[in-house]
Amino acid sequence: MPGRAEGGVTRAMANRIKLTPSAKSLALHAGVVLLLLALNFLLPEYHRGVFARVLVLAVFAMGYNLAFGYTGLLSLGHAMFFAAGLYGAGLTVYHLEWSVWPAFAAGLAAGTGLALVVGFLALRTTGVAFMIVTLMFAQVFYLTTLYFTTYTRGEEGLVLPQSSRVLAFPGGALNLSDPSTRYLVALTLFTLVLTVILFLVRAPFGRSLVAIRENDERMRMLGYNVFANKLASVVLSGLFCAASGAAYAVLFGYVGSGFAAIQYSILPLLWVLVGGAATTLGPLIGTLFMFYVIDTASSYTTAHLLVVGLVLIGVILFFPKGIAGTVRGRWLPWLP
Amino acid sequence: MAFGPYFLLASLEGLVTAAVLSLMALGLSLVFGVMRVVNVAHGEFYMLGAVLAWWFSTLVGGHPAVGFLLALVLSPLVVAAIAFVAERLVLSRLKYEPEATIVATIGLLYIVQQLALTFYGPEARPVEAPFNYRISLPWFGYSAYKLAVIGFSILMMIATWFVLTRTKIGLVMRATQFDRETAQAFGIPVGRVYAGVFALGAGLAAVAAVLIVPIQQAHYLMGHDPLLLSFIVVIIGGLGSLRGTVVAAVLIGLSDGIISMFFSPTLAKMLATLAVAMVLVFRPQGLFGTVAR
Amino acid sequence: MAAVTPLLVTRDLCRTFGGLRAVDQVSFSLPEGETHAIIGPNGAGKTTFVSLICGRVAPSSGSVVFAGDEISRMPAHRRVRAGIAYTFQITSVFANLTAFDNVALAVQRRLIDDRARGLSARALTEQGMDALTRVGLAEHAGKVAGNLSYGHQRLLEVAMGLALKPRLLILDEPTQGLSDGEIDNFIALVRQIGAEATVLLIEHNMDVVMALAERITVMEQGRILAQGTPDEIRADNAVQQAYLGG
Repeated sequence: MPGRAEGGVTRAMANRIKLTPSAKSLALHAGVVLLLLALNFLLPEYHRGVFARVLVLAVFAMGYNLAFGYTGLLSLGHAMFFAAGLYGAGLTVYHLEWSVWPAFAAGLAAGTGLALVVGFLALRTTGVAFMIVTLMFAQVFYLTTLYFTTYTRGEEGLVLPQSSRVLAFPGGALNLSDPSTRYLVALTLFTLVLTVILFLVRAPFGRSLVAIRENDERMRMLGYNVFANKLASVVLSGLFCAASGAAYAVLFGYVGSGFAAIQYSILPLLWVLVGGAATTLGPLIGTLFMFYVIDTASSYTTAHLLVVGLVLIGVILFFPKGIAGTVRGRWLPWLP
Repeated sequence: MAFGPYFLLASLEGLVTAAVLSLMALGLSLVFGVMRVVNVAHGEFYMLGAVLAWWFSTLVGGHPAVGFLLALVLSPLVVAAIAFVAERLVLSRLKYEPEATIVATIGLLYIVQQLALTFYGPEARPVEAPFNYRISLPWFGYSAYKLAVIGFSILMMIATWFVLTRTKIGLVMRATQFDRETAQAFGIPVGRVYAGVFALGAGLAAVAAVLIVPIQQAHYLMGHDPLLLSFIVVIIGGLGSLRGTVVAAVLIGLSDGIISMFFSPTLAKMLATLAVAMVLVFRPQGLFGTVAR
Repeated sequence: MAAVTPLLVTRDLCRTFGGLRAVDQVSFSLPEGETHAIIGPNGAGKTTFVSLICGRVAPSSGSVVFAGDEISRMPAHRRVRAGIAYTFQITSVFANLTAFDNVALAVQRRLIDDRARGLSARALTEQGMDALTRVGLAEHAGKVAGNLSYGHQRLLEVAMGLALKPRLLILDEPTQGLSDGEIDNFIALVRQIGAEATVLLIEHNMDVVMALAERITVMEQGRILAQGTPDEIRADNAVQQAYLGG
């Protein structure tokens, strides 16, 4: 009789099924954040600068990962969400002389609003059509930044004055052009987004997204509104990408059309694939790895695009699960 | 110039664009139709065709037509061979999984682009037209070469149509497109057909590129815009439909020529891209075609 | 315990694909609590008919009324939440997730709507295991669904349907591809389910139909050819000729 086993099995399962991250994975992620914190004091100046940039861009990658890795939406247009954050913050600082907090909020609002509109339209399509539609919307966004070159100065871009890049608090102010401050602010944003994603993927919403990626028709027939869930995923993804873009603008003080171009839609795809799609730490690992690969390659050759191309093909052929995905598959199945 | 002749000039320029575009889009459409994959590197095959055309044309002296004809024959062959090898080495191993293929062809795009930059350089270089005759119209003179491009494109389209519908090669391709498993069961070497189609698609892009280099110069970034335009044409024409591709190419080419008369090129591109994105969102089967299966 | 109004009513329900009338003016009524089988040759429109009921396919004309509410324009996911569960003809489980996680997704969706109980890890675990236990898959809870045997995957489909606690459970050819021993278990399972829910069953295996159905509808070319108790259907001449093969 199956009934007999019920009590025992239920009790055994009760210890395993959780809607929040396990203690083990919380400890691992806390460890990673602490290590990154320590690196602020240990890294030489040049590498600390690289890491600060990587931390900001890893947020971009984490946002992309939410849509691509977890929800299975292959977008080639995420540069527009990053750039919306970048311009939302950068233009308000530069032209309207807003301070950093409201400018950052403007960046978030721009990216999230754009993600809502684009998601609403593009999610009517699936698969290859979705990829092309997102690519085209991003192209329109990129052309828009060129068209309004009076305000954006196009590819040349704008440099935000140092005096405007100050984060005011009730008790004082942080100068964002200071390397250590910049690193710590970047780490704070990274930690915040990492935490949200860590909890999200174990929560019912995150489970639904993964299930939609695996089999959306089955999800529909389980009573889930697939479109609404995908849209929520795209909007949240857009929010994170915009946060990364807005942070980039105020931390590094440069805003240009290059960040809206197709390369910046492909880069997060590359970072996520290399690090491991649908893993929490993959985006950081991938971004860091590719930064140093290109950095190292640049000292031997100017042909860094070649490296990007070869890594893309190599990863998709031989390590389709990426670094963190392979680690999870072989050694640490509990890795989120 | 009065509006009428000006409009005629814009239309002629648009037709030249359309002619080249239909060849290139046809290549993309064939690859999508038969293999069900999107080749993001298609624009780079086009660029490679142009760069090789320049190289071949510099190899021989004498009349410019000699160099041009050499390029017209050899450049598509070399590009097709490169595509064939890439298909066998990479795409076939990915089992044509659509998203993996997109990622791999993005990789290919970067590799080809970088190699072109490294070996060809960042300069834009022209290829001399095979002949330099100007036809005098009452209002303006017009390059006979450009008209020849339109004519040659039409010939190429007819030839492709003939191969697809009237020959055994075409039959094999259509059988593979219709049902891969059954085709395999009937002894059709599906892998080789796929590689052949991929090479043919790249070759068509290269032909388009050779035709265009006497008009536009060869440059290592020249593949980007035609790729987007080809996507647009293939989508509007309905995926895998030869007739739809031609009609859409003419439509896009003409409107590209005419819209640029009234708007700044950037705004024209913005509006056109947005319009096509909307078509894809609300009419995914294209304006003419039906959903390809 | 006869309900005053039937649980499900369709009126003049039609669906055409191109020129083909897959479902042609079907008026059908299903009382609450009944286990009802739909039989008919391939292409008779059975799957299209139940797809119209659960909302996977939109009707060309006609109406579907479920528990007194007109639902023909309601999207499929809302119909599921209203109490119509569908198990796929071609097994459609989440192959990369564990059996438990498959069922948990169904439980989770229901618990989100269950304001009184609410969504908790505990409720998820208990009810998920409960559904697995009912189909006899409890011991396979931790296995990846794609690695389960075909018969177990069919059972997992049913468990997902059960976990939704539907008022109407639609089973589309559930015994296809099962062994004789598995079919016997299946009959027992559906009997159990039938005690508390209304079951609409598409089935080719006549032994299964005769063992389970209280009433039977025979479809042919998109229309209802005959309807009645198993005995009546067995005795029906038209059915004999059209379907049972004389």
